[in-house]
Amino acid sequence: MPPAGPPGFAPRLLELADELRAEGLAVGTSEILDAFHVLGEVSWTEQEDFREALAATLAKSQEDRRVFELVFERFFFRAVEREAVDRGLTDRRYEGAERLDTEELRGHIRQAIREGSDGEMRDAARLAIAAFGRQGEGSGVIGVDVQRIRRGLGLKGAPEEPGERPAPDTVPRERLRAFERHLRRELERGLIERTQSLPPARPLSALDRALPGGPVENLAAVHRAVAQLRRRLATQGSEQRGRRAAGAVDVRRTLRASLETGGVPLRLKHRPRHPRRPELYVLCDVSTSVTSASVFFLSVLHALHGSFRKLRSFVFVERISEVTEVFERTRSFEEASRRVSSDAGVADVSGYTDYGRVWLEFLGRVADDLDPRSSVIVLGDARTNGRDPHAEVFARVAERAGRLFWMNPEPKLYWNYGDSVMRAYEPYCDGVFECWSTRQLEGFVRALTDLRR
Amino acid sequence: MDAVPQTIEEVRDGLARTGYLAGESAALVSFLAARLGKPVLVEGPAGVGKTELAKALARARGHKLIRLQCYEGLDEAKALYEWNYRKQLLRIQAEGTDAGWDKVQDDIFGEEFLLSRPLLRAISEDEPVVLLIDEIDKTDQEFEAMLLEVLSDFQVSIPELGVVEARSRPLVLLTSNNSRELTEALKRRCLYLWLDYPDLERELEIVRLHEPDLAETVARRLVEIVHMVRRLDLKKPPSIAESIDWARALLLLGADDIDRDMLERTMSIVVKHRTDLDVVLERVGAKLSDGLLASSATSA
Repeated sequence: MPPAGPPGFAPRLLELADELRAEGLAVGTSEILDAFHVLGEVSWTEQEDFREALAATLAKSQEDRRVFELVFERFFFRAVEREAVDRGLTDRRYEGAERLDTEELRGHIRQAIREGSDGEMRDAARLAIAAFGRQGEGSGVIGVDVQRIRRGLGLKGAPEEPGERPAPDTVPRERLRAFERHLRRELERGLIERTQSLPPARPLSALDRALPGGPVENLAAVHRAVAQLRRRLATQGSEQRGRRAAGAVDVRRTLRASLETGGVPLRLKHRPRHPRRPELYVLCDVSTSVTSASVFFLSVLHALHGSFRKLRSFVFVERISEVTEVFERTRSFEEASRRVSSDAGVADVSGYTDYGRVWLEFLGRVADDLDPRSSVIVLGDARTNGRDPHAEVFARVAERAGRLFWMNPEPKLYWNYGDSVMRAYEPYCDGVFECWSTRQLEGFVRALTDLRR
Repeated sequence: MDAVPQTIEEVRDGLARTGYLAGESAALVSFLAARLGKPVLVEGPAGVGKTELAKALARARGHKLIRLQCYEGLDEAKALYEWNYRKQLLRIQAEGTDAGWDKVQDDIFGEEFLLSRPLLRAISEDEPVVLLIDEIDKTDQEFEAMLLEVLSDFQVSIPELGVVEARSRPLVLLTSNNSRELTEALKRRCLYLWLDYPDLERELEIVRLHEPDLAETVARRLVEIVHMVRRLDLKKPPSIAESIDWARALLLLGADDIDRDMLERTMSIVVKHRTDLDVVLERVGAKLSDGLLASSATSA
């Protein structure tokens, strides 16, 4: 971009801000003004500086920052392509790549991925597309093409361990991912050139924007959602209790008030109505199949304990174990999750979830306490490792409890695939939710209100 | 480097001279903050040098550093200003009974009886200063609201005195460990900087800068191990300062290599929890004794 700034830039920046807003970033007028200010201070020809400066003013949390990067990438990629389509520019492609020696090509590309600069990696991606992408007759789905090319190249990713010598046929996973990004972008570019039009912009998927790791960072957000949950559950209770306008008359306070009127009780004083305290039972899967989600689950559990008095929580893998005390005694999340993983007594088993057994044990422990006022929330992926799901026992739990909700950390797409037996449990639940981010947790809370008949 | 910096390199070099190797974004945001006079909100895991950045900026610009350490329950009286009421009382008693109320009132609400706390001090200094508001996430939201006036207009209103305006614009850094979501209003007024652990090469540079006498191979090995340790799921991952401490210790011990034995003896410098120690020894120590790392120090 020329350093003076083309006359059309301000509207571009506003468009970018609009796209950011559409993805949920709070970009206000003051942020946009700041963005214009900082752009006056940095050189526009340095892409890094340009992006960092915009990010510092527009994206104000780590999560926002990630979204910003994705949107920034998408936005400027599309802006450039639009310009190219408008002016009818095409790129020069590698010609005759098909005739190259494949083995040599593979080696060359692997080399570029391993230690090449960004530009070299892009060249490698173009080369790979020319050689393996069957130019012009791709599958039409970019994701499929990327995987096909990757297979053609025989690329394998390996986690990058400093100090460990990488196996000769693998490349560091991070760099492989960068290479795939290049492939994807180059393929997209090719598609745009062939069709001479831009595909419609897609909003970012939840998977894209999810932060790798760091659920502890989200502790605050989880707490917020759970505080809402508590209000929802509480108000729901009192609504169902009948339609008395107010509670019983408080004789003591009525007499006291009557002193003002010479002992004549003109104004009745009522006992305040206490919202019904919800009784909550939470079962949380902490097995290896949900490792990535279990920290999130534990933070939900932690937040629930902060908000609910009558709450009993259980964690399970193969067997069940009550952890109510652990959470009640320790306020710090790190401490609590450490104690759950070390002292809760679930760590000593095989590590495979056995949902059927969990229901049996759960029912055995709390059968007498469950009543229509209690809600049961299950956090788990319903993967039984081929064991009997015991849906009939689960049905008995559902029968005794007032409400039963299931939160599954897997995308809905994967439910009932493999050993997931979501289908067996779903009919007995009052609601099943896909839930592995705070956003979805909020969705769950919202859905709770809609569930009321 | 008293004047407003002209280029990003100037900021980076200035910081480097004081012993702080700033990353790309840290240098850029510091530069922007100095140019635009906006506060910076710095977030990141513990021990990546958030506080140190503020100190380094103060040193590099030759300014005084005023630090406000936040904690739960911090209030205006401790952060902004407080009337020195004992002195006021003495003043009233010394006056005797004949002085009129108006006169006394004018008298006792003067600057003489005002105890300036860090925020007020930062804006009433004649020289520009660097104001560090550390761990802002530890305070409650009311306190944040109070900060807004200071941060956007650089002024403090004292009902009895009027508005105290800044004589010079301080460079403000707020740090947060992200234990609580900060309010939108506060974020809106700040530039945002996310600091993460540095990559291997940069951390090596940092260690070498602070301990130039340590052999390069040992330093590299040390940084590699620290990075490995950070990737384990620990209660408290080692900070940059701890890497430097470890380097110093190794230098004092005259170590020319880090083997399992050396790791076991000095590990407590970087890892500070009983359970973490076991994990590190098991996962990293095993690798060291296998000799997996032995050749990498030169080839990596």
